[in-house]
Amino acid sequence: MAVTTEAKLDAQRIRADFAYLEELRGGKPVAFLDSAASTQKPRQVLDALRDFYEHSYANVHRGVYQLAERATAGYEGAREKARAFVNAPSTREIIFTRSATESINLVAYAWGLDNLGPGDLVVVTELEHHSNFVPWQYVAKRTGAGFRMIPIDDAGELQLDALDEIAREGNVKVVANNLVSNSLGTVNPIEHLSTWAHEHGAIMVVDAAQSAPHRTVDVQALGCDFLAFSSHKMCGPSGVGALWGKAELLDKMAPFNLGGHMIRSVRYDDTTWGQLPYKFEAGTQPIAEAFAFGAAIDYVSQIGVDAIEQHEHELVEYAMERLSEIEGVTVYGPPPERRAGIVSFNIDNVHPHDVSQVLDWENVAIRGGHHCTQPLMKRLGVAATCRASFYVYSIREEVDRLVDGLLKAKKAFA
Amino acid sequence: MPGEFDQLYREVILDHYKNPRGHGVIADADAQAEGQNPLCGDEVSIYVSFGGDGDTIDDVKFEGRGCAISQAATSMLTEMVQGRSATEIAALPKEELLEEIGIPLTPVRLKCAILGLGVLKVALHRAKGTPLPEEWSTLADELEFGADN
Repeated sequence: MAVTTEAKLDAQRIRADFAYLEELRGGKPVAFLDSAASTQKPRQVLDALRDFYEHSYANVHRGVYQLAERATAGYEGAREKARAFVNAPSTREIIFTRSATESINLVAYAWGLDNLGPGDLVVVTELEHHSNFVPWQYVAKRTGAGFRMIPIDDAGELQLDALDEIAREGNVKVVANNLVSNSLGTVNPIEHLSTWAHEHGAIMVVDAAQSAPHRTVDVQALGCDFLAFSSHKMCGPSGVGALWGKAELLDKMAPFNLGGHMIRSVRYDDTTWGQLPYKFEAGTQPIAEAFAFGAAIDYVSQIGVDAIEQHEHELVEYAMERLSEIEGVTVYGPPPERRAGIVSFNIDNVHPHDVSQVLDWENVAIRGGHHCTQPLMKRLGVAATCRASFYVYSIREEVDRLVDGLLKAKKAFA
Repeated sequence: MPGEFDQLYREVILDHYKNPRGHGVIADADAQAEGQNPLCGDEVSIYVSFGGDGDTIDDVKFEGRGCAISQAATSMLTEMVQGRSATEIAALPKEELLEEIGIPLTPVRLKCAILGLGVLKVALHRAKGTPLPEEWSTLADELEFGADN
Protein backbone atom coordinates (compact mmCIF):
# COMPACT_ATOMS: atom_id res chain seq x y z
CA MET A 1 0.00 0.00 0.00
CA ALA A 2 1.28 3.45 -0.83
CA VAL A 3 1.86 5.13 2.49
CA THR A 4 2.06 8.87 2.23
CA THR A 5 2.40 11.47 4.90
CA GLU A 6 -1.16 12.30 5.73
CA ALA A 7 -2.55 15.50 7.06
CA LYS A 8 -3.97 15.47 10.56
CA LEU A 9 -7.58 14.46 10.62
CA ASP A 10 -10.03 17.37 10.78
CA ALA A 11 -12.94 15.89 12.74
CA GLN A 12 -15.02 19.07 12.56
CA ARG A 13 -14.88 19.05 8.77
CA ILE A 14 -15.62 15.32 8.68
CA ARG A 15 -18.65 15.78 10.93
CA ALA A 16 -20.35 17.75 8.15
CA ASP A 17 -20.54 14.48 6.18
CA PHE A 18 -22.73 12.78 8.78
CA ALA A 19 -26.46 13.50 8.87
CA TYR A 20 -26.98 11.91 12.29
CA LEU A 21 -25.22 14.92 13.80
CA GLU A 22 -27.96 17.21 12.51
CA GLU A 23 -30.50 15.73 14.88
CA LEU A 24 -30.36 17.65 18.13
CA ARG A 25 -31.65 16.74 21.57
CA GLY A 26 -31.49 19.52 24.11
CA GLY A 27 -29.57 21.56 21.52
CA LYS A 28 -26.86 18.96 21.07
CA PRO A 29 -26.26 16.06 18.70
CA VAL A 30 -25.81 12.63 20.18
CA ALA A 31 -22.29 11.90 21.39
CA PHE A 32 -22.06 8.60 19.53
CA LEU A 33 -19.39 6.59 21.31
CA ASP A 34 -20.33 3.14 20.06
CA SER A 35 -18.47 2.98 16.76
CA ALA A 36 -16.79 -0.29 17.74
CA ALA A 37 -20.22 -1.90 17.40
CA SER A 38 -20.97 -0.17 14.10
CA THR A 39 -20.08 3.21 12.64
CA GLN A 40 -22.33 5.92 11.29
CA LYS A 41 -22.43 6.42 7.51
CA PRO A 42 -21.27 9.52 5.60
CA ARG A 43 -23.27 11.04 2.75
CA GLN A 44 -20.62 10.04 0.22
CA VAL A 45 -21.24 6.35 0.92
CA LEU A 46 -25.02 6.68 1.07
CA ASP A 47 -25.03 8.65 -2.20
CA ALA A 48 -22.91 5.97 -3.85
CA LEU A 49 -25.33 3.27 -2.67
CA ARG A 50 -28.35 5.11 -3.95
CA ASP A 51 -26.68 6.07 -7.21
CA PHE A 52 -25.70 2.47 -7.85
CA TYR A 53 -29.23 1.23 -7.26
CA GLU A 54 -30.66 3.98 -9.47
CA HIS A 55 -28.26 3.89 -12.38
CA SER A 56 -26.09 0.77 -12.35
CA TYR A 57 -28.13 -2.02 -10.88
CA ALA A 58 -28.58 -5.51 -12.25
CA ASN A 59 -27.35 -8.91 -11.19
CA VAL A 60 -23.65 -9.36 -11.80
CA HIS A 61 -21.59 -11.67 -14.02
CA ARG A 62 -24.57 -12.75 -16.11
CA GLY A 63 -26.36 -10.34 -18.38
CA VAL A 64 -24.76 -9.07 -21.55
CA TYR A 65 -26.74 -5.83 -21.43
CA GLN A 66 -25.17 -2.56 -20.37
CA LEU A 67 -26.73 -2.29 -16.93
CA ALA A 68 -25.38 -5.71 -16.02
CA GLU A 69 -21.96 -4.71 -17.29
CA ARG A 70 -22.01 -1.56 -15.18
CA ALA A 71 -23.12 -3.50 -12.13
CA THR A 72 -20.38 -6.08 -12.66
CA ALA A 73 -17.77 -3.38 -13.13
CA GLY A 74 -18.93 -1.66 -9.92
CA TYR A 75 -18.91 -4.88 -7.94
CA GLU A 76 -15.52 -5.99 -9.20
CA GLY A 77 -14.18 -2.48 -8.74
CA ALA A 78 -15.06 -2.76 -5.06
CA ARG A 79 -13.14 -6.03 -4.91
CA GLU A 80 -10.06 -4.26 -6.23
CA LYS A 81 -10.50 -1.52 -3.61
CA ALA A 82 -10.76 -4.14 -0.86
CA ARG A 83 -7.65 -5.86 -2.22
CA ALA A 84 -5.61 -2.66 -2.23
CA PHE A 85 -6.91 -1.68 1.21
CA VAL A 86 -5.37 -4.76 2.88
CA ASN A 87 -2.45 -5.01 0.40
CA ALA A 88 -3.47 -8.45 -0.84
CA PRO A 89 -1.48 -9.81 -3.80
CA SER A 90 -4.51 -10.62 -5.95
CA THR A 91 -8.24 -9.91 -6.29
CA ARG A 92 -8.69 -13.69 -6.69
CA GLU A 93 -8.00 -13.85 -2.98
CA ILE A 94 -10.73 -11.39 -1.96
CA ILE A 95 -14.08 -13.03 -1.27
CA PHE A 96 -17.17 -10.99 -0.48
CA THR A 97 -19.23 -12.40 2.37
CA ARG A 98 -22.14 -11.20 4.47
CA SER A 99 -19.90 -10.13 7.36
CA ALA A 100 -16.58 -10.70 9.09
CA THR A 101 -18.40 -13.39 11.07
CA GLU A 102 -19.32 -15.23 7.88
CA SER A 103 -15.75 -14.83 6.64
CA ILE A 104 -14.46 -16.64 9.72
CA ASN A 105 -17.16 -19.29 9.50
CA LEU A 106 -16.13 -19.89 5.89
CA VAL A 107 -12.58 -20.71 7.00
CA ALA A 108 -13.69 -22.71 10.04
CA TYR A 109 -16.00 -24.90 7.96
CA ALA A 110 -14.31 -25.07 4.58
CA TRP A 111 -10.77 -25.41 5.91
CA GLY A 112 -11.37 -26.70 9.42
CA LEU A 113 -13.68 -29.64 8.74
CA ASP A 114 -11.26 -31.15 6.21
CA ASN A 115 -8.00 -30.41 7.97
CA LEU A 116 -8.60 -30.98 11.66
CA GLY A 117 -8.82 -34.17 13.67
CA PRO A 118 -7.90 -35.81 16.98
CA GLY A 119 -4.46 -34.79 18.19
CA ASP A 120 -4.71 -31.42 16.47
CA LEU A 121 -5.13 -28.14 18.31
CA VAL A 122 -7.12 -25.04 17.49
CA VAL A 123 -5.72 -22.06 19.38
CA VAL A 124 -7.71 -18.89 20.02
CA THR A 125 -7.20 -16.18 22.64
CA GLU A 126 -8.99 -15.02 25.74
CA LEU A 127 -9.56 -11.71 23.91
CA GLU A 128 -11.59 -13.07 21.00
CA HIS A 129 -14.97 -11.81 19.96
CA HIS A 130 -17.41 -14.73 19.90
CA SER A 131 -17.22 -14.57 16.09
CA ASN A 132 -13.62 -15.81 16.17
CA PHE A 133 -14.15 -18.10 19.15
CA VAL A 134 -17.40 -20.01 18.74
CA PRO A 135 -16.84 -21.22 15.12
CA TRP A 136 -13.46 -22.66 16.16
CA GLN A 137 -14.75 -24.21 19.35
CA TYR A 138 -17.55 -25.80 17.32
CA VAL A 139 -15.36 -27.10 14.51
CA ALA A 140 -12.83 -28.43 17.04
CA LYS A 141 -15.61 -30.40 18.71
CA ARG A 142 -16.96 -31.63 15.36
CA THR A 143 -13.54 -32.91 14.29
CA GLY A 144 -12.23 -34.16 17.64
CA ALA A 145 -9.47 -31.55 17.70
CA GLY A 146 -8.42 -29.89 20.95
CA PHE A 147 -9.28 -26.27 21.70
CA ARG A 148 -6.90 -23.97 23.59
CA MET A 149 -6.98 -20.35 24.61
CA ILE A 150 -3.92 -18.09 24.89
CA PRO A 151 -4.47 -16.33 28.23
CA ILE A 152 -4.12 -12.61 28.85
CA ASP A 153 -2.35 -10.82 31.68
CA ASP A 154 -3.95 -8.27 33.97
CA ALA A 155 -3.33 -5.50 31.44
CA GLY A 156 -5.38 -7.36 28.86
CA GLU A 157 -2.42 -8.40 26.72
CA LEU A 158 -1.64 -11.88 25.45
CA GLN A 159 0.70 -13.97 27.56
CA LEU A 160 2.99 -15.20 24.83
CA ASP A 161 5.04 -17.29 27.24
CA ALA A 162 2.07 -19.68 27.31
CA LEU A 163 2.68 -20.61 23.67
CA ASP A 164 5.37 -23.21 24.30
CA GLU A 165 3.19 -25.16 26.68
CA ILE A 166 0.25 -25.08 24.27
CA ALA A 167 2.50 -26.40 21.49
CA ARG A 168 3.49 -29.35 23.69
CA GLU A 169 -0.15 -30.42 24.03
CA GLY A 170 -0.80 -31.29 20.39
CA ASN A 171 -0.32 -30.39 16.75
CA VAL A 172 -1.18 -26.72 16.47
CA LYS A 173 -3.18 -26.43 13.23
CA VAL A 174 -5.04 -23.13 13.58
CA VAL A 175 -4.21 -19.92 15.42
CA ALA A 176 -7.06 -17.39 15.46
CA ASN A 177 -6.74 -13.90 16.89
CA ASN A 178 -8.17 -10.44 16.44
CA LEU A 179 -5.72 -7.72 15.48
CA VAL A 180 -7.57 -5.35 17.80
CA SER A 181 -9.70 -6.53 20.71
CA ASN A 182 -13.24 -5.16 20.39
CA SER A 183 -13.66 -5.08 24.17
CA LEU A 184 -10.35 -3.72 25.42
CA GLY A 185 -8.78 -2.18 22.33
CA THR A 186 -5.63 -4.26 22.83
CA VAL A 187 -3.48 -4.33 19.69
CA ASN A 188 -2.29 -7.90 19.33
CA PRO A 189 1.12 -9.16 18.08
CA ILE A 190 -0.18 -10.84 14.92
CA GLU A 191 3.25 -10.94 13.24
CA HIS A 192 4.63 -12.89 16.19
CA LEU A 193 1.67 -15.29 16.23
CA SER A 194 1.87 -15.79 12.45
CA THR A 195 5.51 -16.80 12.77
CA TRP A 196 4.72 -19.12 15.64
CA ALA A 197 1.77 -20.64 13.78
CA HIS A 198 3.85 -21.30 10.69
CA GLU A 199 6.69 -22.83 12.74
CA HIS A 200 4.14 -25.42 13.82
CA GLY A 201 2.59 -25.88 10.39
CA ALA A 202 -0.58 -24.07 11.44
CA ILE A 203 -2.63 -21.46 9.60
CA MET A 204 -3.02 -17.96 11.05
CA VAL A 205 -6.54 -16.53 10.91
CA VAL A 206 -6.95 -12.85 11.73
CA ASP A 207 -10.18 -11.11 12.67
CA ALA A 208 -9.55 -7.56 11.46
CA ALA A 209 -13.13 -6.31 11.86
CA GLN A 210 -12.03 -4.00 14.65
CA SER A 211 -8.72 -2.93 13.13
CA ALA A 212 -9.24 -2.44 9.37
CA PRO A 213 -11.29 0.75 9.95
CA HIS A 214 -8.75 2.23 12.34
CA ARG A 215 -5.18 1.39 11.36
CA THR A 216 -3.16 0.09 8.44
CA VAL A 217 -3.84 -3.57 7.75
CA ASP A 218 -1.33 -5.22 5.45
CA VAL A 219 -1.87 -8.96 5.06
CA GLN A 220 1.63 -9.46 3.71
CA ALA A 221 3.29 -7.62 6.59
CA LEU A 222 1.12 -9.48 9.12
CA GLY A 223 2.20 -12.78 7.59
CA CYS A 224 -1.21 -14.35 8.14
CA ASP A 225 -3.13 -16.82 5.95
CA PHE A 226 -6.68 -15.51 6.29
CA LEU A 227 -8.04 -12.13 7.32
CA ALA A 228 -11.66 -11.14 7.86
CA PHE A 229 -13.04 -7.61 7.81
CA SER A 230 -16.36 -5.92 7.55
CA SER A 231 -18.01 -2.96 5.83
CA HIS A 232 -20.34 -1.70 8.53
CA LYS A 233 -17.56 -0.96 10.99
CA MET A 234 -15.86 1.38 8.51
CA CYS A 235 -18.61 3.70 7.25
CA GLY A 236 -20.05 1.18 4.81
CA PRO A 237 -23.42 -0.58 4.75
CA SER A 238 -24.17 -3.63 6.87
CA GLY A 239 -24.69 -6.99 5.17
CA VAL A 240 -21.32 -7.22 3.46
CA GLY A 241 -17.87 -8.22 4.60
CA ALA A 242 -14.75 -9.65 3.06
CA LEU A 243 -12.35 -12.51 3.50
CA TRP A 244 -8.82 -12.44 2.25
CA GLY A 245 -7.10 -15.82 2.01
CA LYS A 246 -3.95 -17.14 0.40
CA ALA A 247 -4.82 -18.49 -3.03
CA GLU A 248 -2.94 -21.76 -2.49
CA LEU A 249 -5.12 -22.48 0.54
CA LEU A 250 -8.39 -21.27 -0.98
CA ASP A 251 -7.74 -23.33 -4.12
CA LYS A 252 -7.48 -26.53 -2.09
CA MET A 253 -10.52 -25.84 0.08
CA ALA A 254 -13.94 -27.28 -0.49
CA PRO A 255 -16.67 -24.71 -1.07
CA PHE A 256 -18.66 -23.26 1.83
CA ASN A 257 -22.04 -22.24 0.40
CA LEU A 258 -23.30 -24.13 -2.62
CA GLY A 259 -25.58 -22.94 -5.39
CA GLY A 260 -25.62 -20.54 -8.27
CA HIS A 261 -22.51 -18.89 -9.66
CA MET A 262 -19.95 -20.89 -7.67
CA ILE A 263 -19.89 -23.74 -10.19
CA ARG A 264 -17.98 -24.60 -13.32
CA SER A 265 -20.37 -27.25 -14.58
CA VAL A 266 -23.34 -29.05 -13.10
CA ARG A 267 -24.43 -32.48 -14.24
CA TYR A 268 -26.89 -34.89 -12.75
CA ASP A 269 -24.12 -36.98 -11.19
CA ASP A 270 -21.52 -34.36 -10.34
CA THR A 271 -20.67 -30.68 -10.05
CA THR A 272 -17.31 -28.99 -10.41
CA TRP A 273 -16.40 -25.73 -8.73
CA GLY A 274 -15.68 -22.38 -10.28
CA GLN A 275 -12.47 -20.37 -10.01
CA LEU A 276 -11.50 -18.11 -7.13
CA PRO A 277 -13.03 -16.00 -5.80
CA TYR A 278 -16.40 -17.10 -7.26
CA LYS A 279 -16.07 -20.61 -5.83
CA PHE A 280 -16.93 -19.01 -2.48
CA GLU A 281 -19.62 -16.59 -3.67
CA ALA A 282 -22.72 -18.70 -4.10
CA GLY A 283 -26.01 -16.99 -4.82
CA THR A 284 -26.72 -13.34 -5.46
CA GLN A 285 -24.28 -11.33 -3.40
CA PRO A 286 -25.02 -8.03 -1.65
CA ILE A 287 -24.09 -6.28 -4.88
CA ALA A 288 -24.90 -2.65 -4.18
CA GLU A 289 -23.67 -3.02 -0.61
CA ALA A 290 -20.34 -4.37 -1.85
CA PHE A 291 -20.14 -1.42 -4.23
CA ALA A 292 -20.84 0.98 -1.35
CA PHE A 293 -18.26 -0.90 0.74
CA GLY A 294 -15.84 0.18 -1.97
CA ALA A 295 -17.05 3.76 -1.59
CA ALA A 296 -16.48 3.47 2.17
CA ILE A 297 -12.94 2.23 1.54
CA ASP A 298 -12.39 5.32 -0.64
CA TYR A 299 -13.83 7.56 2.07
CA VAL A 300 -11.67 6.07 4.81
CA SER A 301 -8.57 5.99 2.59
CA GLN A 302 -8.98 9.64 1.65
CA ILE A 303 -9.00 10.58 5.32
CA GLY A 304 -6.09 8.18 5.75
CA VAL A 305 -5.95 5.24 8.15
CA ASP A 306 -2.75 6.53 9.74
CA ALA A 307 -4.46 9.84 10.46
CA ILE A 308 -7.45 7.94 11.88
CA GLU A 309 -5.17 5.91 14.12
CA GLN A 310 -3.49 9.05 15.41
CA HIS A 311 -6.83 10.84 15.96
CA GLU A 312 -8.23 7.91 17.94
CA HIS A 313 -5.01 7.56 19.89
CA GLU A 314 -5.33 11.17 21.05
CA LEU A 315 -8.96 10.62 22.02
CA VAL A 316 -8.33 7.39 23.90
CA GLU A 317 -5.39 8.93 25.74
CA TYR A 318 -7.58 11.87 26.74
CA ALA A 319 -10.48 9.62 27.70
CA MET A 320 -8.28 7.41 29.89
CA GLU A 321 -6.82 10.47 31.57
CA ARG A 322 -10.27 11.94 32.24
CA LEU A 323 -11.70 8.60 33.43
CA SER A 324 -8.81 8.13 35.84
CA GLU A 325 -9.88 11.37 37.54
CA ILE A 326 -13.15 9.77 38.61
CA GLU A 327 -12.89 7.91 41.87
CA GLY A 328 -14.38 4.43 41.70
CA VAL A 329 -13.81 4.00 37.97
CA THR A 330 -11.81 0.96 36.84
CA VAL A 331 -10.42 1.07 33.31
CA TYR A 332 -9.57 -2.29 31.74
CA GLY A 333 -6.86 -3.06 29.23
CA PRO A 334 -3.44 -1.83 28.19
CA PRO A 335 -1.99 1.72 28.24
CA PRO A 336 -2.92 4.08 25.36
CA GLU A 337 0.33 3.33 23.46
CA ARG A 338 -0.74 -0.26 22.95
CA ARG A 339 -4.46 0.11 22.37
CA ALA A 340 -6.81 1.31 19.66
CA GLY A 341 -9.66 3.80 20.15
CA ILE A 342 -11.65 1.72 22.61
CA VAL A 343 -11.95 2.08 26.37
CA SER A 344 -13.79 -0.36 28.63
CA PHE A 345 -14.48 0.54 32.23
CA ASN A 346 -16.77 0.11 35.19
CA ILE A 347 -17.97 2.37 37.97
CA ASP A 348 -18.10 0.79 41.44
CA ASN A 349 -21.59 -0.35 42.35
CA VAL A 350 -23.27 0.82 39.17
CA HIS A 351 -24.16 -1.80 36.56
CA PRO A 352 -23.13 -0.91 32.97
CA HIS A 353 -26.77 -1.03 31.91
CA ASP A 354 -27.67 1.59 34.46
CA VAL A 355 -24.67 3.67 33.39
CA SER A 356 -25.73 3.46 29.74
CA GLN A 357 -29.28 4.37 30.66
CA VAL A 358 -28.25 7.48 32.57
CA LEU A 359 -25.86 8.46 29.76
CA ASP A 360 -28.64 8.08 27.20
CA TRP A 361 -30.59 10.75 29.07
CA GLU A 362 -27.52 12.95 28.59
CA ASN A 363 -27.59 12.05 24.88
CA VAL A 364 -24.35 10.11 25.16
CA ALA A 365 -24.40 6.69 23.48
CA ILE A 366 -22.08 4.05 24.87
CA ARG A 367 -22.35 0.29 25.08
CA GLY A 368 -22.92 -1.61 28.30
CA GLY A 369 -22.66 -5.37 28.11
CA HIS A 370 -20.30 -8.26 27.49
CA HIS A 371 -19.49 -7.11 23.93
CA CYS A 372 -19.69 -10.71 22.63
CA THR A 373 -16.61 -11.58 24.69
CA GLN A 374 -17.92 -13.67 27.58
CA PRO A 375 -14.65 -15.57 28.18
CA LEU A 376 -12.91 -12.20 28.53
CA MET A 377 -15.57 -10.90 30.94
CA LYS A 378 -15.02 -14.02 33.04
CA ARG A 379 -11.28 -13.34 33.07
CA LEU A 380 -11.89 -9.76 34.18
CA GLY A 381 -14.26 -11.05 36.86
CA VAL A 382 -17.19 -8.94 35.68
CA ALA A 383 -20.53 -9.66 34.03
CA ALA A 384 -20.25 -6.67 31.76
CA THR A 385 -18.39 -3.43 31.16
CA CYS A 386 -19.17 0.03 29.85
CA ARG A 387 -17.40 0.68 26.56
CA ALA A 388 -16.74 3.93 24.74
CA SER A 389 -15.25 3.76 21.26
CA PHE A 390 -14.21 6.38 18.76
CA TYR A 391 -14.09 7.03 15.05
CA VAL A 392 -13.36 9.76 12.54
CA TYR A 393 -16.24 11.97 13.71
CA SER A 394 -15.43 11.68 17.44
CA ILE A 395 -14.25 14.79 19.27
CA ARG A 396 -12.84 15.65 22.69
CA GLU A 397 -16.00 17.45 23.70
CA GLU A 398 -17.80 14.11 23.49
CA VAL A 399 -15.32 12.63 25.95
CA ASP A 400 -16.11 15.55 28.28
CA ARG A 401 -19.82 14.86 27.92
CA LEU A 402 -19.16 11.21 28.72
CA VAL A 403 -17.28 12.16 31.88
CA ASP A 404 -20.00 14.61 32.97
CA GLY A 405 -22.62 11.90 32.47
CA LEU A 406 -20.58 9.38 34.43
CA LEU A 407 -20.29 11.78 37.34
CA LYS A 408 -24.08 12.13 37.33
CA ALA A 409 -24.56 8.36 37.21
CA LYS A 410 -22.11 7.89 40.03
CA LYS A 411 -23.81 10.51 42.18
CA ALA A 412 -27.27 9.09 41.51
CA PHE A 413 -26.31 5.58 42.60
CA ALA A 414 -23.98 6.61 45.44
CA MET B 1 -31.89 14.07 33.38
CA PRO B 2 -33.43 14.57 36.86
CA GLY B 3 -37.02 14.01 35.72
CA GLU B 4 -36.20 10.95 33.69
CA PHE B 5 -33.89 9.60 36.32
CA ASP B 6 -36.43 9.92 39.13
CA GLN B 7 -39.07 8.28 36.98
CA LEU B 8 -37.05 5.13 36.31
CA TYR B 9 -34.82 5.00 39.35
CA ARG B 10 -37.39 6.20 41.84
CA GLU B 11 -36.31 6.24 45.43
CA VAL B 12 -37.81 2.90 46.37
CA ILE B 13 -35.97 1.19 43.49
CA LEU B 14 -32.66 2.68 44.53
CA ASP B 15 -33.35 1.72 48.13
CA HIS B 16 -34.03 -1.91 47.22
CA TYR B 17 -30.98 -1.95 44.96
CA LYS B 18 -28.68 -0.62 47.62
CA ASN B 19 -30.26 -2.51 50.52
CA PRO B 20 -31.75 -5.66 49.03
CA ARG B 21 -34.32 -7.43 51.20
CA GLY B 22 -34.27 -11.19 51.47
CA HIS B 23 -30.68 -11.38 50.34
CA GLY B 24 -29.05 -14.72 50.99
CA VAL B 25 -29.31 -18.46 50.56
CA ILE B 26 -31.63 -21.06 52.14
CA ALA B 27 -29.51 -24.17 52.62
CA ASP B 28 -32.34 -26.76 52.54
CA ALA B 29 -34.71 -24.92 50.26
CA ASP B 30 -37.93 -26.66 49.17
CA ALA B 31 -37.80 -24.85 45.85
CA GLN B 32 -34.86 -23.33 44.06
CA ALA B 33 -33.90 -22.04 40.63
CA GLU B 34 -31.51 -19.70 38.94
CA GLY B 35 -31.58 -17.67 35.80
CA GLN B 36 -29.67 -15.12 33.85
CA ASN B 37 -30.21 -12.61 31.13
CA PRO B 38 -27.53 -13.43 28.56
CA LEU B 39 -27.92 -10.02 26.96
CA CYS B 40 -26.66 -8.07 29.93
CA GLY B 41 -25.39 -10.69 32.34
CA ASP B 42 -27.97 -10.12 35.09
CA GLU B 43 -28.09 -13.17 37.35
CA VAL B 44 -30.60 -14.22 39.98
CA SER B 45 -30.88 -17.34 42.19
CA ILE B 46 -33.97 -17.80 44.33
CA TYR B 47 -34.56 -20.11 47.30
CA VAL B 48 -37.95 -20.83 48.88
CA SER B 49 -39.00 -22.81 51.92
CA PHE B 50 -42.63 -23.79 52.49
CA GLY B 51 -44.60 -23.84 55.72
CA GLY B 52 -46.08 -26.98 57.29
CA ASP B 53 -48.94 -26.99 54.75
CA GLY B 54 -46.38 -27.42 51.96
CA ASP B 55 -47.73 -24.38 50.15
CA THR B 56 -47.31 -21.21 52.17
CA ILE B 57 -44.12 -19.37 51.30
CA ASP B 58 -42.50 -19.33 54.69
CA ASP B 59 -39.18 -17.88 53.64
CA VAL B 60 -37.72 -16.63 50.39
CA LYS B 61 -34.21 -15.46 49.68
CA PHE B 62 -32.24 -14.47 46.61
CA GLU B 63 -28.77 -13.69 45.50
CA GLY B 64 -27.62 -12.23 42.26
CA ARG B 65 -25.85 -9.47 40.49
CA GLY B 66 -26.92 -7.16 37.77
CA CYS B 67 -28.47 -3.82 37.01
CA ALA B 68 -30.46 -1.78 39.50
CA ILE B 69 -33.78 -2.74 37.92
CA SER B 70 -33.20 -6.51 38.01
CA GLN B 71 -31.90 -6.59 41.56
CA ALA B 72 -34.40 -4.12 43.02
CA ALA B 73 -37.33 -5.88 41.35
CA THR B 74 -36.23 -9.23 42.79
CA SER B 75 -35.82 -7.67 46.21
CA MET B 76 -39.33 -6.20 46.01
CA LEU B 77 -40.64 -9.55 44.83
CA THR B 78 -39.35 -11.34 47.93
CA GLU B 79 -41.32 -8.93 50.12
CA MET B 80 -44.37 -9.29 47.94
CA VAL B 81 -44.61 -13.08 48.05
CA GLN B 82 -43.66 -13.66 51.68
CA GLY B 83 -46.44 -15.56 53.47
CA ARG B 84 -48.52 -16.08 50.34
CA SER B 85 -49.55 -19.36 48.73
CA ALA B 86 -47.01 -20.87 46.36
CA THR B 87 -49.83 -22.04 44.07
CA GLU B 88 -51.07 -18.48 43.85
CA ILE B 89 -47.62 -17.03 43.16
CA ALA B 90 -46.92 -19.70 40.56
CA ALA B 91 -49.86 -18.22 38.67
CA LEU B 92 -49.17 -14.58 39.56
CA PRO B 93 -49.56 -12.27 36.57
CA LYS B 94 -46.45 -10.18 35.99
CA GLU B 95 -48.59 -7.04 36.06
CA GLU B 96 -48.86 -7.31 39.84
CA LEU B 97 -45.09 -7.04 40.20
CA LEU B 98 -44.82 -4.34 37.55
CA GLU B 99 -47.45 -2.31 39.36
CA GLU B 100 -45.43 -2.59 42.55
CA ILE B 101 -42.27 -1.56 40.71
CA GLY B 102 -44.27 1.30 39.25
CA ILE B 103 -41.88 2.62 36.62
CA PRO B 104 -42.04 2.93 32.83
CA LEU B 105 -39.99 0.18 31.21
CA THR B 106 -38.70 -0.25 27.67
CA PRO B 107 -38.83 -3.81 26.29
CA VAL B 108 -35.15 -4.35 27.14
CA ARG B 109 -35.54 -3.18 30.73
CA LEU B 110 -38.81 -5.13 31.14
CA LYS B 111 -36.74 -8.30 30.87
CA CYS B 112 -34.53 -7.01 33.67
CA ALA B 113 -37.59 -6.33 35.80
CA ILE B 114 -39.24 -9.74 35.47
CA LEU B 115 -36.09 -11.87 35.65
CA GLY B 116 -36.61 -12.57 39.35
CA LEU B 117 -40.30 -13.41 38.96
CA GLY B 118 -39.51 -15.80 36.13
CA VAL B 119 -36.88 -17.57 38.21
CA LEU B 120 -39.29 -17.81 41.15
CA LYS B 121 -41.96 -19.34 38.92
CA VAL B 122 -39.51 -21.91 37.62
CA ALA B 123 -38.61 -22.81 41.22
CA LEU B 124 -42.24 -23.12 42.34
CA HIS B 125 -43.48 -25.07 39.34
CA ARG B 126 -40.53 -27.38 39.58
CA ALA B 127 -41.18 -28.01 43.27
CA LYS B 128 -44.86 -28.66 42.60
CA GLY B 129 -44.22 -30.74 39.49
CA THR B 130 -46.47 -28.53 37.42
CA PRO B 131 -45.63 -27.27 33.94
CA LEU B 132 -44.47 -23.69 33.50
CA PRO B 133 -47.16 -21.62 31.72
CA GLU B 134 -46.27 -20.99 28.08
CA GLU B 135 -45.74 -17.26 28.49
CA TRP B 136 -43.05 -18.02 31.03
CA SER B 137 -41.49 -21.01 29.34
CA THR B 138 -40.83 -18.88 26.24
CA LEU B 139 -39.21 -16.24 28.40
CA ALA B 140 -37.34 -18.93 30.32
CA ASP B 141 -35.74 -20.17 27.11
CA GLU B 142 -34.75 -16.66 26.19
CA LEU B 143 -33.39 -15.80 29.60
CA GLU B 144 -31.83 -19.19 30.33
CA PHE B 145 -33.77 -19.81 33.50
CA GLY B 146 -32.86 -22.65 35.77
CA ALA B 147 -30.82 -24.86 33.50
CA ASP B 148 -30.47 -27.18 36.48
CA ASN B 149 -30.99 -27.19 40.18
